[in-house]
Amino acid sequence: MTASTIEAAAPARAAAPRKVRTNARRDGAAWVFLSPWLIGAALLTIGPMIASLVLSFTDYDLFTAPDFVGLANYQRMFFEDPRFWKSVGVTLNYVLVAVPLKLAVALAVALLLNRPRMGQGFYRSAFYAPSLLGASVAVAIVWRTLFSQDGVVDSTLSAVGIDLGGWISNPSLAIYVLVSLAVWQFGAPMVIFLAGLKQIPSELYDAASVDGAGWWRTFWSVTWPLLSPVLFFNLVLELIGAFQSFTSAYVVSGGRGGPIDSTLLFTLYLYDRAFTAFDMGYASAMAWFLLVVIAVVTALLFRSSNRWVHYAGDDR
Amino acid sequence: MTVTITDATATLITGHPVTRRRRSRRTLAGSIVWHVFCLALLVLLLYPVAWLLGSSFKPGTEILTNASPIPHKFTLENYGIAVQGVAGLSLWQLFGNSLTISVLTVIGNVLSCALAAYAFARLRFRFRGVLFAFMISTIMLPMHVVLIPQFIIFNQLGMVGTFLPLVLPKFLATEAFFVFLMVQFIRGIPRDLDEAALIDGAGPYRTFWSVILPLMRPALITTTIFSFIWSWDDFFPQLIYLNNPQNYTIQLGLRLFVDQTSASAFGPMFAMSVLAILPVVIFFAVFQRYLVDGMATSGLKG
Repeated sequence: MTASTIEAAAPARAAAPRKVRTNARRDGAAWVFLSPWLIGAALLTIGPMIASLVLSFTDYDLFTAPDFVGLANYQRMFFEDPRFWKSVGVTLNYVLVAVPLKLAVALAVALLLNRPRMGQGFYRSAFYAPSLLGASVAVAIVWRTLFSQDGVVDSTLSAVGIDLGGWISNPSLAIYVLVSLAVWQFGAPMVIFLAGLKQIPSELYDAASVDGAGWWRTFWSVTWPLLSPVLFFNLVLELIGAFQSFTSAYVVSGGRGGPIDSTLLFTLYLYDRAFTAFDMGYASAMAWFLLVVIAVVTALLFRSSNRWVHYAGDDR
Repeated sequence: MTVTITDATATLITGHPVTRRRRSRRTLAGSIVWHVFCLALLVLLLYPVAWLLGSSFKPGTEILTNASPIPHKFTLENYGIAVQGVAGLSLWQLFGNSLTISVLTVIGNVLSCALAAYAFARLRFRFRGVLFAFMISTIMLPMHVVLIPQFIIFNQLGMVGTFLPLVLPKFLATEAFFVFLMVQFIRGIPRDLDEAALIDGAGPYRTFWSVILPLMRPALITTTIFSFIWSWDDFFPQLIYLNNPQNYTIQLGLRLFVDQTSASAFGPMFAMSVLAILPVVIFFAVFQRYLVDGMATSGLKG
C-alpha cells in the first residue's frame, strides 16, 4: 500500500523537470537526425548553387584558374550564340508538344480506366510499366531503330503511301521521335489522375445525373473542376521534368543533337559545352538560365492557378 | 517519378478525403467495348518492348526491317556475343558495376532520407519551417545548376572515375523526393504511438528505431524500389563521372553500341538492351503492388 503510493507519486514529482530536459534533448536529437541532410544541403546544394552562379561570371576550363569576365558569358549566350537559341527553341517545341499531349493521353486513359471493371488493376499496372522503362538507354535504342531509315515506322507508313523516310535523320521530324517516347510514358501522370478521380465524391455524380446532365456536361461541371488540383500538380511536375530531358535525345541523336541541331535539347547543349568543350563558365550561365526559366514558369503556373484550380473548401 | 502519390498525397493535393465510388451500372456490351479498347491500347504500348525482345532473337540483318516481334529465323547468337560484352568489358563486369551503384544508392537513400524525414515529421527544432520549405524546393531544382561545381569538387577530391560521386550524395539525403515521401508517410502514423513510447521512457532515438522505423516499412519499400530502378536507368551522371572503362555500367556499355551503325551490331545491341532492362522488369513484376499502389493504401493496414 505504502510502496504503491510512493511509486504513484514519484512520476508526478519528476514530471516537470523531466519535460524540460526531454525538450532540450529532442532539439539536440533533431540535429543528429538531420545531420546527413544538412551536410548534403550545404555541401552539395547551396554551396554548388552559389559556386555555379559565381562561375557563370568567369571563364573556366577546369584546368586553369577561373578568370573573371563579368557578363561576357551572358552576352555571348543571348547575343552571339545561335546554337543557344536553337537549343532553347528545340526545348520549347519539345516541352509545349510533349507535355500537353502526354497529360491529355494520361487523363483520357485515366477516365477510361476509372470504372470498377474486372482487369482494371491489371491495365493500370501494364499502362504504368513504360514509365519505368522509358528513361533507359535500351528503350531509346529501340525508338532510334524503329524510326530509322527503312525501319519499322518508315516501312509501315510507306506501305500506306506516306513516304516520310527515316524520322531520326529528318530535321523536321526527329524531335517527334522524342515526343512519342515521352508520350509513351503517360502512365505516371495517369496513375495520379486515377487517384484523384477516386476522390471525387459519388454524390456529385448522382446529383448531376438527377439534374439530367450528359457525359460531357458532367465532365466539365464535376470532373474537370474537382480534378484540377491533380492536373495542376501533374502539369508542374511534367513541365519541370520535360525541361530537363536528356537521355532519349542523347541516344537518339548519338550524343550530338542532330540532324542539324534539331534534337539539341537544352541539357544536351549544356552537356556539350561543359563536358566536351570544358567551357564550365558558359555552361554555368546556361544552368542558371535554365533555373530561372523553370522558376518563372512554375511561378506563373502558381499565379494562374487561382483562376482554374479549385481546392476543396472553395466556393463552388 | 510521382507514381507513389496515391490516396494520402492526393488528399493533400486536393483537400478531399478519399471516397470510393459506388459501382456503376454496367452492361455487357459496354464491358466488351471497354476491354477491346484497353487491350488495343495495351498492344500498342507493349509493342516496342515485345519487338525489342523478339528482335533480340533475330539475325542482325533482319532486325531493322521485320516489324513483327516474331523472328523469321530464330537465333541465340546475339546473346552469345552480348555476354562477351563490349570494348573489352565483359557483360558481368558491366552488370556488377550497375548493381554496385544501385545497391549502394538504395542503402544510402533509405538510411539518410529516413533520418531526415523523422526529424521533419516529428521533432521540433529551430528553423524547421524554413528548412522544410527549402528541402521541398530542391525537388524542383534542376540538377544542372549544381552539377558543374559538384563535378569540380569530386574532381579535386580525385573521385572522378569512381562510383563515389554517384553514391556518396545518396548517403546525404540529396534525393529530396524520398524525404518528402517519408515525411508524408510518418505524418500518417498516429501520434499516440509516439506518446505511448514517450510515456514508456523512450527518447527520440528509441522512438525512431522501435516505433517509427518498423511502421515506415511500406515507405521504405517504395523508396527501395524507386531508388533501385532510377539509379539502374540513370545515365547523365554516369556519363559524366564514369570515365574509366573499368567502372562502366550497363547503360554506358549500351551507349558504346549506339555509334556502331552496321547492321551486324544490331543483334548484340538488342540482346544487351533486353538484359539491361531485365532487372527493372523483374523489380516491376515482383513489387508491382507497391509500385502502383504506393504508400497510403498498403500502409498501416498491411
